[in-house]
Amino acid sequence: MSAHTHHDDNDFLFKYIFSTDHKMIAKQFLLTGTFMGFIGMMMSLFFRIQLGWPGEASPLLESVLGSWAPDGILAPDKYLALVTIHGTIMVFFLLTAGLSGTFSNLLIPLQIGARDMASGFMNMLSYWLFFLSSLVMLASLFVEGGPAAGGWTIYPPLSALPEAMPGSGLGMTLWIASMAIFIMSSLLGSLNYIVTILNLRTKGMTMTRMPLTIWAFFVTAILGVLSFPVLFAAVLLLLFDRSFGTSFYLSDIFIAGKALEVEGGSPILYEHLFWFLGHPEVYIILLPALGITSEVVATNARKPIFGYRAMIGSILAIGFISVLVWGHHMFVTGMSPFLGAVFTFTTLLVAIPSAVKVFNYLTTLWKGNIIFTPAMLFAIGLVSTFITGGLTGIILGDSALDINVHDTYFVVGHFHIVMGLSGTFGMICGVYHWFPKMFGRMLDKRLGFVHFWLTITSAYGVFFPMHFLGLAGVPRRYYTNSSFPLFDNLIDINVTISIFAFIGGVAQFIFLYNLLYSMFKGPKSPKNPWMSNTLEWTTPVEHIHGNWPGAIPEVHRWPYDYSKPGADSDFISQDVPLGPDEKDEGH
Amino acid sequence: MLDLLIIVSVVLGIIALAQLIKVLDLASQARGENSWENTDKDNKAQARLMPVFLVVYFASIIYQMVAWGKYLLPVSASAHGETIDNLMITSWIVIFPVFILTHILLFYFAWKYSYDKNRKAEFFPHSNKLELLWTIVPTVVLSILILYGLNTWNNITTPASEEDDAVLIELYAYQFGWIARYAGEDREFGDANVRLIEGVNALGMDSTDSRGWDDKIVRAEFHLPVNRPVQFIFRAQDVIHSAYMPHFRAQMNCVPGMTTRFGYTPTITTSEMKGITQNDEFNYILLCNKICGAAHYNMQMDIIVESEAEYETWLAEQKVFLPMDGTPKVKEVAPEEVVDSTFTEAEEMTTASIN
Repeated sequence: MSAHTHHDDNDFLFKYIFSTDHKMIAKQFLLTGTFMGFIGMMMSLFFRIQLGWPGEASPLLESVLGSWAPDGILAPDKYLALVTIHGTIMVFFLLTAGLSGTFSNLLIPLQIGARDMASGFMNMLSYWLFFLSSLVMLASLFVEGGPAAGGWTIYPPLSALPEAMPGSGLGMTLWIASMAIFIMSSLLGSLNYIVTILNLRTKGMTMTRMPLTIWAFFVTAILGVLSFPVLFAAVLLLLFDRSFGTSFYLSDIFIAGKALEVEGGSPILYEHLFWFLGHPEVYIILLPALGITSEVVATNARKPIFGYRAMIGSILAIGFISVLVWGHHMFVTGMSPFLGAVFTFTTLLVAIPSAVKVFNYLTTLWKGNIIFTPAMLFAIGLVSTFITGGLTGIILGDSALDINVHDTYFVVGHFHIVMGLSGTFGMICGVYHWFPKMFGRMLDKRLGFVHFWLTITSAYGVFFPMHFLGLAGVPRRYYTNSSFPLFDNLIDINVTISIFAFIGGVAQFIFLYNLLYSMFKGPKSPKNPWMSNTLEWTTPVEHIHGNWPGAIPEVHRWPYDYSKPGADSDFISQDVPLGPDEKDEGH
Repeated sequence: MLDLLIIVSVVLGIIALAQLIKVLDLASQARGENSWENTDKDNKAQARLMPVFLVVYFASIIYQMVAWGKYLLPVSASAHGETIDNLMITSWIVIFPVFILTHILLFYFAWKYSYDKNRKAEFFPHSNKLELLWTIVPTVVLSILILYGLNTWNNITTPASEEDDAVLIELYAYQFGWIARYAGEDREFGDANVRLIEGVNALGMDSTDSRGWDDKIVRAEFHLPVNRPVQFIFRAQDVIHSAYMPHFRAQMNCVPGMTTRFGYTPTITTSEMKGITQNDEFNYILLCNKICGAAHYNMQMDIIVESEAEYETWLAEQKVFLPMDGTPKVKEVAPEEVVDSTFTEAEEMTTASIN
């Protein structure tokens, strides 16, 4: 490694805080993302109390939330605030920054054989902007009127007019500020990932010898660079409407007793801009999770991932189609029926590469030799949630069917399973698998087993019943379902969901305990604990700048030579030269 | 006190967990194992849990269908809704076998091929035939679903024509309630603009536009004649709302600054539906399905579907916007009716009746 970073080694500030080392930055992203994730999860447990037992006083709520829950009953606008910030944190802070930030940073240089990211400084900046945006988002919880409360999609005019609801005041301004900083962080990170993957691959690491994790991170970063700037533009225009009297999104509005001087804008413009990011965002979350799973499934089934090239093809196809489908969030906005038809067509096309991926996972398991590490369990869990949630997408993507389930709990169930659970399972799977690489110690497997079974059971217990609520016509973002006699029967379902949510919450604390305990007290990790082929396991356990003490290993084969006929061991590292009669499957 | 108990029990729980792990660690070390590497016993135990989970998962789905299936929306009360329901059933017929089959394969393979150190996994990197198979089959199935879906969509979104003699109704959404306006004898709505909202003129109607004089404005509930097309026009006063009429399989956003449209033909009267659902209290409802503020959860209006004769009688009883002599209505009573934004007042408003 170049000399200029060498003196940093002994300096606490530069080693742990302003580090430019990708491994340290990955850990920073993981810890910050996990912290935010737990806050987001706790918020969901608080509003599940209200939904399961509406109007019943809960002393716990009052002592934790204070004035948000006077007399232990959550206030209606604070319910919406919790829902909004829960969504924002989970989608952006946990599953975008927490997931991509952690694993792209950790794995890109290690798996392609690079000393570090293309720009260590930009990488550091990316983390600190993320940290700052997290602080701003958390600060918004404490301002007058509370945080943003118009749903995580913050549609104007609700989000544009402080008169419309308490959360549309300073809290909304901070939400926009936080997201603007977040987007800068995401762009710096993504550009770095793309450049690193394209330019810094070691000798022999051709594009078709890259692990699927790297392919997934690569396409994710491209999607981020294409779509996040559009969200930036959208929230910037929203800020102008809020603060400088423009009317990009506003027209003909009468609120709080007077007609506003706004003319000619359209909230639908905002929806288009938002979902131009919003939909690719789903795949910004999903693709890294799928990449991680591909790696973990192959390693632990002791078998090459089936259809490596088809997997790359489906990642590319999903990435491409994902920027053409945003209109399916807007079927009932009054858009031209022809446009609705086009978006139905493109949306249902996504099912094809998704189906290819699922069948390839199944074939990888077939005749494998499966070791059920906690990471492998979560990978199997992901395949299950990806199927369950993906299939209901066929209902929602169909414009005619969407009319009646749009914005109901059917949607909440669908996206929490296909995006929320798959994304979270992928991230947790990655943590179990690469924890030894990050912290040089091992997580406890028994806690991992308990964590997995409690999590998948409670996850389906929470989200599967939501389909029934949706098919019964229950809209999402309702403070209580008790205002309509129509929904009186459904309270059992809500109680069931809330109870499973609490079980799932407890299970995550088992994980947190495992994480924190093992970080300091776990047994020391061997160099290659899972007997894996990829290059990160050729680096020393103790982190060093530049990753490899000597020369960077040269790559001679694809990453999936598991149980290769004729080989002595059931895995062959990528840096082992091909034998005389051996064929490389990646080429 | 309760909080203290919770905190104490959480702390004790963590300590107990830590101690338990220590004991397990010592025990496994004594057997020469460690806390992270899977033993044969671990793999066998986890493999056995796979089919167990599958059975529990499927059983819970069946339980939910049996226990909660009766809460789902009843048969569609509109003509186009039947086509939507048919499309929905077709989709489920495609989806369910795929769901069941892939899940059985996933958990069966996981159980069947659990680790055995005397066996080697099969080196099976790819097969063009198989990959082609599961690219083409989903493509064909989806093509059918797409064509079927688009056909249904086209039929639904084709607006009612003049000859249909559709009932024209404007649904007007505001924080937090609904107002319905019938077009009256001339089958045309008078101009309206939020800038004209004042006093009782909650819709901002232009009293100089004679087309609006015979418009009828109703709150709390609106009536529809059975088997006659209804053309809705949607407007919003302040933020985006969404008019959701689940029993009619109808939903359309109400967007400030523009009008949106949706039409359907009711096919089942309210009293017939009371029989179908075996619920004497049953009522069709209109509710808001786009987050619009603190009282979003309580923004409702009843819908009554009745015979043409009953409908005409009801409609005749409703007052027109202006008396026929053309003098504007006096501007008095309850101006806060349209301006309030707190939810407690909104609650009262939704239950209070009419103009």
